[in-house]
Amino acid sequence: MTLEVRDLHKSFGGVRAVSGVSLSVAAGELLALIGPNGAGKSTCFNMLNGQLRPDRGSVRLRGQEITGLAPRRIWRMGVGRTFQITATFASMSVLENVQMALLSHARRLFHIWNPVAKEDPSRALALLDRVGMSAQAARPCGVLAYGDLKRVELAIALANDPALLLMDEPTAGMAPAERVALMELTAHIAREGGIAVLFTEHDMDVVFAHADRLLVLDRGRPIAEGIPSEVRRDPRVREVYLGTGATHGYT
Amino acid sequence: MLENLLVQGLSGLASASSLFLVASGLTVIFGVTRIVNFAHGSLYMLGAYLAWTLVTSLPRGHLGFWGGVAMAALIVGCVGVLIEVLLLRRIYKAPELFQLLATFGVVLIVQDLALLSWGPQDLLGPRAPGLRGATEILGIRFPLYELFLICVGPVVLALLWLLFNRTRWGTLVRAATADREMVGALGVNQRMLFTTVFFLGSVLAGLGGALQIPRESVNLQMDLAVISEAFVVVVVGGLGSLPGAFLAALLIGELQAFGILIFPRITLVLAFLVMAVVLVIRPHGLLGRAPSTAHGATAIEPPYPPPSPWVRRIGAAALALAVIVPPFLGDYALIVFTEIAIMVLFAASLHFIMGPGGMASFGHAAYFGFGAYGAALLLRHFGAPMEMGLLAAPFAAGLGGFVFGFFCVRLSGVYAAMLTLAFAQIAWSTAFQWVELTGGDNGILGVWPSPWAQSKLAYYYLALTLCAAATLLLRRAIFAPFGYALRAGRDSPLRAEAIGIDGFRIRWFAFVLAAVAAGIAGGLFAYAKGSVFPTYMSISRSVDALLMVLLGGVRTVSGPILGALAYTWLHEQLMRAFDLWRLFLGTIILALVLFFPQGLAGALQRGERRS
Ligand SMILES: Nc1ncnc2c1ncn2[C@@H]1O[C@H](COP(=O)(O)OP(=O)(O)OP(=O)(O)O)[C@@H](O)[C@H]1O
Ligand SMILES: [Mg+2]
Repeated sequence: MTLEVRDLHKSFGGVRAVSGVSLSVAAGELLALIGPNGAGKSTCFNMLNGQLRPDRGSVRLRGQEITGLAPRRIWRMGVGRTFQITATFASMSVLENVQMALLSHARRLFHIWNPVAKEDPSRALALLDRVGMSAQAARPCGVLAYGDLKRVELAIALANDPALLLMDEPTAGMAPAERVALMELTAHIAREGGIAVLFTEHDMDVVFAHADRLLVLDRGRPIAEGIPSEVRRDPRVREVYLGTGATHGYT
Repeated sequence: MLENLLVQGLSGLASASSLFLVASGLTVIFGVTRIVNFAHGSLYMLGAYLAWTLVTSLPRGHLGFWGGVAMAALIVGCVGVLIEVLLLRRIYKAPELFQLLATFGVVLIVQDLALLSWGPQDLLGPRAPGLRGATEILGIRFPLYELFLICVGPVVLALLWLLFNRTRWGTLVRAATADREMVGALGVNQRMLFTTVFFLGSVLAGLGGALQIPRESVNLQMDLAVISEAFVVVVVGGLGSLPGAFLAALLIGELQAFGILIFPRITLVLAFLVMAVVLVIRPHGLLGRAPSTAHGATAIEPPYPPPSPWVRRIGAAALALAVIVPPFLGDYALIVFTEIAIMVLFAASLHFIMGPGGMASFGHAAYFGFGAYGAALLLRHFGAPMEMGLLAAPFAAGLGGFVFGFFCVRLSGVYAAMLTLAFAQIAWSTAFQWVELTGGDNGILGVWPSPWAQSKLAYYYLALTLCAAATLLLRRAIFAPFGYALRAGRDSPLRAEAIGIDGFRIRWFAFVLAAVAAGIAGGLFAYAKGSVFPTYMSISRSVDALLMVLLGGVRTVSGPILGALAYTWLHEQLMRAFDLWRLFLGTIILALVLFFPQGLAGALQRGERRS
């Protein structure tokens, strides 16, 4: 198993954002974490990549305990992530954004002499090419459309050859056709490279088309888990989520 | 002995009351408008001057004195409203540093206006009627007026509490202080709220000043003296927190009263030391809360374009001129040229942490001073030659940056700026009060270059070489992976951390690099002037550096160079041509903030793009 999570808990003040979540993702597998707004999906992600420290529970990456490590340490162990609200370096070009991840991976951040502009761009361009963003490589990230930013984030997340990809609503802000294309691409990359993918998504078309398995959260608790066809029929899931009209589009 | 302590404690309480009056206004204004008002000390000084004029010209007696004090406070309130409406209202959305700078411009203007109106001599005010005498406490005489002041603090706190908790206006103020978004939702009321809050804060400052006239002489240094103490109180208490300000005023007042007994040599450092310790342990002050909205989510920074061919050509031409022309210049011009070269490096070093680093420093002069003192102390105590001194300068400054930077780069925004200010003041007061080591106010004299560099021309070339090399190194660093990593942490701390960038270490190293560069500038400055004084580390020198960077434009890489050129030249001309140079400088600052927020380089860039 690439990722194994046991009994994760997190509260904010009185709010139990996540209570008792366990899951595992194998290499090359896509697991979708779904649930209504405020179900605790992003909080889960934040605990997995080290942004938040869990109150209880353990996170293991390829058998190694990573609970409580800093995000930068976890990244170095091979976990890439994209954010629900995109986070990129607005004052840099698309290419430079990806180059930063590559430079960091090569541990060359403290170099103060050779300009970044003289770096060989081929690897960064190749990554951008994979997500269909190489034509916009020279544009500053500050002016991109939201859907394009999500693609750039994917390219950044792939820069350190991750074993695990965490994608928080990777297709939010995209047109429906784009969404399917991007998830197809993600699935392809994951299967080809043996990357485990955990993603959240409100678009059920995308989820049911690409996820190998689903985990449904409601108010922090897991209420169902299984392959798409099973979960779709689960009465509790229909009640709290699928029946609420959140079946299509972004809520 | 016990009586002595009691008296000391009581005078501590009296100072605490006075401090609280000033600090409460400052903190209320900050809470609502998020502006750190440097000019608050000037309002305090105006209050004292106005009260002096009114009380001495009105008929003697209770009405004359108390009426004069009240009128002075109200007039100051109106001046505050004027400042808010004419200036601050236009820059609420500007970056914090711009606001700080704008209010510093007001400080300069008020200083010269006060000089014009009341002259340079200290003015002694009349005693308060009815409170002239002293009373006996445990057999020791204690002035009645001090007892009166002790009561004023708690009474004002109680009145403010009532105002904020029992009126609709007060509820609005509290809501606006607690939640930034709330202010936007107020709509039309927002303007009224900001203006009235400014009025209240200014009245409190004016009252604080006016009540000082029976206690101490009124003079032109009151503004900066009181503002630095008020900053300490407000920051220690937690920006925007009234009870915090009260608590901190008590703490600082008592600490200074007893500090004189216990450590008479470090009274000046004490307050800033407390502030530094509090900020390190509780980054938002004793009773302050972390800002409700994310601090980092400010305006999107534009990219740094690589220099266009034109800019390169102009830069190369300027450098060529700087090399070719000086042999034909006289000594005075050479001195100015040398100073410009040094200031370019000083400004570039500050820009390095402000621009790509996004960290506000209000105490960059500390590292300039460490450089200067590093060289001068080596000379004074070990007779080291210039070459060694110039090596020691960056080393001393780098060490200072290493220690101070460790704490400063953990904070952001106003708190970071205040911590850098506190450290700079600690450095300044150490230089000022540790007379055996540093010569105190008299400085260290006879810091002359080695024989080969003694001619103005030779020294100019030395300074030019070192400054140009260090400035170019900083520029390279900005465009190298390190500079990008620094910008990455500024643009999106979240993303930076998520791709393995250790923002703390990056910023810390940047701080040290900037300190080293400032240290080189400071060392060169020491030998250029032949002497070193505590003023090298003063607030106004830190402000000089800020002005250079902002004048040039913090968002461009060539900005600080341009800014240093323009500012040093302008400063020199103003000082020579006008007695009232502060008035001019202040006006220029205001014009800069209001009309050229992008600085000179920004304005030029826009021109270039348009053509
Ligand atoms: N930093 C925080 N402080 C306090 N409460 C928080 C914090 N982060 C999340 N919460 C709360 O925890 C709960 C779970 O939030 P979370 O963002 O994980 O939900 P989500 O499933 O990602 O929702 P969405 O679909 O809207 O993205 C919510 O009630 C939210 O208000
Ligand atoms: Mg979420």
